[in-house]
Amino acid sequence: MDVALFIPCYVDQLAPSVGIATVEVLERVGCRVRYDPGQTCCGQPFVTAGEWSQARRLARRYLDRFAGADAVVCPSASCVATVRRRYAELSLGDTRVVKEVGARTYELSEFLVRVLNRPDVGARFPYRVALLQSCHGLRELHLGHPSEAVEIEDSAPGPTEAVLRAVRDLELVLPDPPDECCGFGGLFSVQFPEISTRIGRSRLVALAATGASHVTSTDASCLFHLEGLGRRAAFGPRPIHLAEILAWSEER
Amino acid sequence: MSLPLDRAARVALPTTESVQHHETAVADLRRRRDDALARVPDLQALREHAAAIKGHTLGDLGTYLERFEEQARAAGAVVHWADDAPAHNRIVHDLLAERGVHRVAKSKSMLTEECGLNPYLEARGIEVVDTDLGERIVQLEGEAPSHIVIPAIHRRRQEIGALFHRTVGSPEGEHDPVVLTEIARQDLRRRFLSAEAGITGVNFAIAETGSLVVCTNEGNADLGMHLPSIHIACMGIEKLLPRLEDLPAFLRLLARSATGQAITAYTTVVTGPRPGGELHIVLVDNGRSRLLADPEQRGALACIRCGACLNTCPVYRRTGGHAYNQTVPGPIGAVLAPAFRSDREASTLPFASTLCGSCSAVCPVGIDLHGQLLAWRARAPFGGGRIRWVARLGAEVLARPRLYRLVGGLARLAWPLLSRRWPGNPANAWLEGRELPPHPGASFRSRFRLWSQGSRSREGSRSRGGSGE
Ligand code: SF4
Repeated sequence: MDVALFIPCYVDQLAPSVGIATVEVLERVGCRVRYDPGQTCCGQPFVTAGEWSQARRLARRYLDRFAGADAVVCPSASCVATVRRRYAELSLGDTRVVKEVGARTYELSEFLVRVLNRPDVGARFPYRVALLQSCHGLRELHLGHPSEAVEIEDSAPGPTEAVLRAVRDLELVLPDPPDECCGFGGLFSVQFPEISTRIGRSRLVALAATGASHVTSTDASCLFHLEGLGRRAAFGPRPIHLAEILAWSEER
Repeated sequence: MSLPLDRAARVALPTTESVQHHETAVADLRRRRDDALARVPDLQALREHAAAIKGHTLGDLGTYLERFEEQARAAGAVVHWADDAPAHNRIVHDLLAERGVHRVAKSKSMLTEECGLNPYLEARGIEVVDTDLGERIVQLEGEAPSHIVIPAIHRRRQEIGALFHRTVGSPEGEHDPVVLTEIARQDLRRRFLSAEAGITGVNFAIAETGSLVVCTNEGNADLGMHLPSIHIACMGIEKLLPRLEDLPAFLRLLARSATGQAITAYTTVVTGPRPGGELHIVLVDNGRSRLLADPEQRGALACIRCGACLNTCPVYRRTGGHAYNQTVPGPIGAVLAPAFRSDREASTLPFASTLCGSCSAVCPVGIDLHGQLLAWRARAPFGGGRIRWVARLGAEVLARPRLYRLVGGLARLAWPLLSRRWPGNPANAWLEGRELPPHPGASFRSRFRLWSQGSRSREGSRSRGGSGE
């Protein structure tokens, strides 16, 4: 399958290894990966800042770049949620294109499970790993079941958990509470640094209590926040992006 | 750059212990809510049903208000209309003054908090006793409620023990909740008996019958309504439901969402005054019709004040309610702030959310809280701040791939500098309590070029990867 890669600006600049790992995983499951070097940002920071006219410019760019792709895969749930859920609110004109591109833009684990039906990518990662659910992944993309959604009866794990459970020798654990926000929130993390770090520290304590050596997430941004807190406090499990775990194979 | 709530959080919950206490107490309510609602069959249908009733009522509120007034009058109540908080306070005060009332027993009412009724009456020589235990605690402490269901949730039992020792003469060092509750109860009972009027809030009002519905866990509203001969019920105009048969859905959702109880301990339907008594109903607008006229934001009027969105909110959990500096804190408070206040601080509250969406997911009446916060943001970017040019500049850069790469490269060069705190470092807010990630090395784009060349040349010479192939 041909896959267009969307590497969000912050991954491109700050977590390039996550992008490389994504390519590795996709190639390993037999995808042909294309990368358009003209891509930059989906516009998420401008949506959350309320700067919707700037968000529209970047959204239109995104739609232009990816309109023709069968599948766009992105290692960041919050960017995918922006494209799929928020673009519709920006009044971007052609709603058909907005819908189509949104429906064909996938988060990595979502793509592996829901499109390819291949949760097992042949990875091995012999560690205890705590999962930090991305809020946007959980509630906007339904990559798992949020703990408050007691009305949902389906108990099958969502795609993010499914791919991790398929990794050999990986012991998956969830913090308690299992899916509270890490406190990053993009712009929020700098507009409310005290609150953001209060939330993050409490999550870090919950994650450390699982005894995990690593913490993983679909979103590198949440991991930066936890990593930054952990490094300052010299404390907590080591952050590793989901794609990087999936890219670990037997021979590494 | 940090916004008012961030600074206020340091005052409202100043120590690690106070944050931890609040976080745990509030998260516990959320857990009870989960357990209780998990046992309700067809929960989703029930929520949709409740949301539809609210939506319908708000869509025709004028008609239902007229019907309610008619029916309440027919049942013998006197109905008063107040455009705003001062009008509400005046009406209540006049009623009391005309009857020579000096002592009032008041049960929990967020509306009277919103209107500032207590200080208004006290300044005019009327003693108001809050009879809800939590309200009584904050009243004795001289502060406002920090939660809309559990007013004193921010206080630890030791603090409450010390407060009661100071104010109602409980034994020193006593902080067993059962003992303290009994002491408060005896003290309040005395005050109930001497009160000359009762003021209550209203949870729901039924248009068809002109009835009021009051839910409490302590029965204090019932004493307030029935011991004195005059009962004044204060309610926002959004509390209406069309018919009595619409009520059960809300009763089932309210207590479960709030505290995990199947139903509040006392649920009283009041239609007209008791024999020989008086019932006055004060219907308050105070900005509600303005909100009703705002199609993007009117959904917030469906709120039944269950507090579930507060209890689940990662922000509220660590700030406490006082940090919000208004009657209703948490996500619903942040949605209501710009609708009811015109100060700059209010316009920054919609930013006080990570947009995790848990609030919208727990709301029993389906209010799209985080969607409404986003909509407020679009009306006042950055909380009305002066840094819009930063956003413009950012978008200019991101719309031009070459410029974007150039800026990215420069930031990478400056990385060691950005990682340290110095006056004027744009990364300072991040560096509060956090490090920047280690130097990221080359960008993905440049690595991908190298990587794909390498990968292509490796192809055929050796097989890569694991057993999945
Ligand atoms: S907004 Fe919803 S969850 Fe929050 S208090 Fe109101 S009804 Fe409850």
